Amino acid sequence: MSTKQQSNSISIQNLSLSFGKTEVLKKIDLEIQAGEFFSFLGPSGSGKSTLLRAISGFGPTPSGSIKIGDDDITNLPAWRRNVGMVFQSYALWPHMSVRKNVAFGLEERKIAKKEINRLVDEALDLVSLKDLADRHPSQLSGGQQQRIALARTIVVKPRVLLLDEPLSNLDANLRVQMRRDILSLQRRLGLTTIFVTHDQEEANTISDRMAVLDDGIIQQIGSPVDLYDNPVNRFVASFLGSANIISGQIKNQQFKSSNNLTLETNIKKNKKCDLIIRPQSIDISTTKKQNKNSYQLTGQVLYFEFLGQTVRYFVEVQGHEFIIDCQHTKDKKIINNNEKVFLNITTDQILFL
Amino acid sequence: MESAWNSFYVAGVSVVIASAIALPLAYFTSRFNFGGTVLIQTLGIVPLIMPPFVGAVAMQLLFGTNGSLNLFLGDVFGWNIPFMEGLNGVIFVQSIHYFPFILINLSASLANIDRSMEESALSLGSSGMRLFRRIVLPLGMPGYIAGASLVFIKVFDDLGTPLLLNVNNMLAPQAYLRISSIGISDPMGYVISVILVVISLLAMYVAFLAMRGKEYSTTQKGGGGLMKRELSFKEKIGVYAIILTILSVVLSPHLALTLLSFSTIWSYSIWPDAYTIAHYTEAIGSAGHFITNTMLYAGVAATIDIILGTAIAYIVWRTGIKGRKALDYMAMSALAVPGVVLGIGYLRTFHSTNMPFTDIPLTQFWLIIIIALAIRRLPFALRACTAALQQVSIALEEAAGSLGAKKYSTIKKVVVPLMTGGILAGFVTSFATAAVELSATLMLVSAESDAPIAYGIYVFMQSAAGRGPGAALGIVAVLIVALGVYVSGRIIKNADKKNAITSDN
Ligand SMILES: Nc1ncnc2c1ncn2[C@@H]1O[C@H](COP(=O)(O)OP(=O)(O)OP(=O)(O)O)[C@@H](O)[C@H]1O
Ligand SMILES: [Mg+2]
Repeated sequence: MSTKQQSNSISIQNLSLSFGKTEVLKKIDLEIQAGEFFSFLGPSGSGKSTLLRAISGFGPTPSGSIKIGDDDITNLPAWRRNVGMVFQSYALWPHMSVRKNVAFGLEERKIAKKEINRLVDEALDLVSLKDLADRHPSQLSGGQQQRIALARTIVVKPRVLLLDEPLSNLDANLRVQMRRDILSLQRRLGLTTIFVTHDQEEANTISDRMAVLDDGIIQQIGSPVDLYDNPVNRFVASFLGSANIISGQIKNQQFKSSNNLTLETNIKKNKKCDLIIRPQSIDISTTKKQNKNSYQLTGQVLYFEFLGQTVRYFVEVQGHEFIIDCQHTKDKKIINNNEKVFLNITTDQILFL
Repeated sequence: MESAWNSFYVAGVSVVIASAIALPLAYFTSRFNFGGTVLIQTLGIVPLIMPPFVGAVAMQLLFGTNGSLNLFLGDVFGWNIPFMEGLNGVIFVQSIHYFPFILINLSASLANIDRSMEESALSLGSSGMRLFRRIVLPLGMPGYIAGASLVFIKVFDDLGTPLLLNVNNMLAPQAYLRISSIGISDPMGYVISVILVVISLLAMYVAFLAMRGKEYSTTQKGGGGLMKRELSFKEKIGVYAIILTILSVVLSPHLALTLLSFSTIWSYSIWPDAYTIAHYTEAIGSAGHFITNTMLYAGVAATIDIILGTAIAYIVWRTGIKGRKALDYMAMSALAVPGVVLGIGYLRTFHSTNMPFTDIPLTQFWLIIIIALAIRRLPFALRACTAALQQVSIALEEAAGSLGAKKYSTIKKVVVPLMTGGILAGFVTSFATAAVELSATLMLVSAESDAPIAYGIYVFMQSAAGRGPGAALGIVAVLIVALGVYVSGRIIKNADKKNAITSDN
């Protein structure tokens, strides 16, 4: 290893990859900063694992380039990349004890025995499982296996850490606990990390930035808040949380849906587009209010769901069904089914995409 | 005592040499992508289907004191290599004959290893031989041990080869010579037989101990086994060179046999004097029924074996039924009974029992051959099935169970399909070796029209004039069985492909 501080940013340019004739990744461009916690988020089959595996050197040879820092690793074999990968199945070797599993990568690097012992203890300490060092993987719980897999990977100080749905085999409580542990570990070690998940809450809570993938294409990159507030298309809007999405057309600065729901806009260009409003951005009331800079709609409550901190109303407006989330506080009146309601939406809460 | 030590020595060294032959073949064909892997695997199994007594004859022709190689060395350099002398000869013939046991079982095991096991090692900086030695081979241990213990036991109690090479100071020939010369009531013969059986059982027990308490199953069956790497041009040449060298040695008996089958006269010369195809017309003209009999007997016996093998493996490893271990030992103990001893046993047991509704003694009915073959080959199938089962994680089964699948349908729909590779390996070993089994059939064949091909070859080989046609018939046998092996190899490969797509993550 070189003595100068290596930068461990990741830079992916124009990366495409096919299994046989089916193209699974399409022209991926991606820059990840050194030390960043970055997530790939997307539905099943969107290519998250494939992209992660391409970075670690597995799967079919892609076209395009992958760099870590200044080093082009596109054509390096997996074992020379120094990229740490934690597998969804953990992939602990059943024929080795926990200690042996963790020591493996260090042994491959021909490090002195004493040093290996010290580093292994340190890594096991980091995941607080020093007591289990002499067990075999089959004698561990899922969460413990997960930690060992993590320890085995970070003990070799990889340039980047890749995690493919590391929490998906754990129960809900453990997932929350583990994701905090992973994050604090990552911060402490300053590891550039990519985390694959299809759970948006997981991605939101843990990531500095994330990329939303669909159909082998990166749809959008940004911070969780940024992606939520400013989705670039219908897919991202609907994938991150719930959204009211109505398709229609803009003509002469007027949005018109298929059912002739009409809203003024200041967009000059005529085009087909989707109207997007988050459920909590709509104010619902049984009395009419006059607000500046807002749209007024009238509708009828179809039904509602009481969720505790919010009440979710399903409201029909000109043949479109809107979802509206309303904060609930003690003794706040709930609007009944079939009641006539007035919806109030400030203009800046609406996106035309 | 000397005989016992010799038997140990020969069996042990044969395992080492057989491993040295089988490991590179298994390693290259399972790890790398290059043309002809299935063909190479098939050729690697072919030695097993040479009847040992025929193999010994052929190898004498090539490597014996007056064989081609030594005549050639004598002509050119003026010295000889005593390949075929004494114990060395036995070791040489046995290693070449039995190494496919290791190859088959190890390859099946390697094909079952979860891809992520290897990938995680790769991403930790391991590669090449080290990766193979530290991760891949240990995970393939169930298959290797299954194969190696078979080699040990078969060599340990094989009779035909030492007899043909005139090596009598080993246990099996001692037992045979005593029983055949003094008679069925000689106590010393039985004592030696018992020693044979006990030591074979012991060897199996040691193999069992080596496997016990170790966890080899990998949770997911991902990606259809090991990752296959493309080779560069140089690497390809190297790999082909190594494989060709190995194959040319292990297939030399077949080469000799082929030459013999086409030659008019061949003795005390490097090459045969002249060539002819007359032996083939003679062999096929008079031996068609040998071929159909063989297919029938070996096919039925091997089918019985894999069904029983799967069932027993499952009962022993996945249920808590009382006496399940005893069942395993019982099935495996057939292995420890030399063919001759088994043959004698059958004759004594069934001789006075008639077929139901007929007056024919059971021993004169061809079904007895199938039963004998099935029992004798059951251990092969059982080992293969056990190795396959040990690699199917119990979690997969529990998953099916938790979805409401009954035990039987879990086995049918989950366990057996995941074991396909191993089961087919078991079928191949059972079929191939049953097809050329001589010692038990020799004792049990009562009418020539019921006889299998090994018997035919043996009868031909008795006379000097029959060696040509015998060799021709041997070649036919080898071709038939090789074809069967090749076809099942293709089936395994296709099944793997299917798994690779459906269970990839
Ligand atoms: N070995 C393979 N052969 C052929 N196609 C494959 C293979 N592996 C993946 N694919 C295809 O590539 C696409 C992307 O798969 P990938 O595993 O990357 O999805 P993913 O986003 O990780 O999904 P998940 O959330 O379910 O893990 C899918 O359409 C899949 O069918
Ligand atoms: Mg995935």
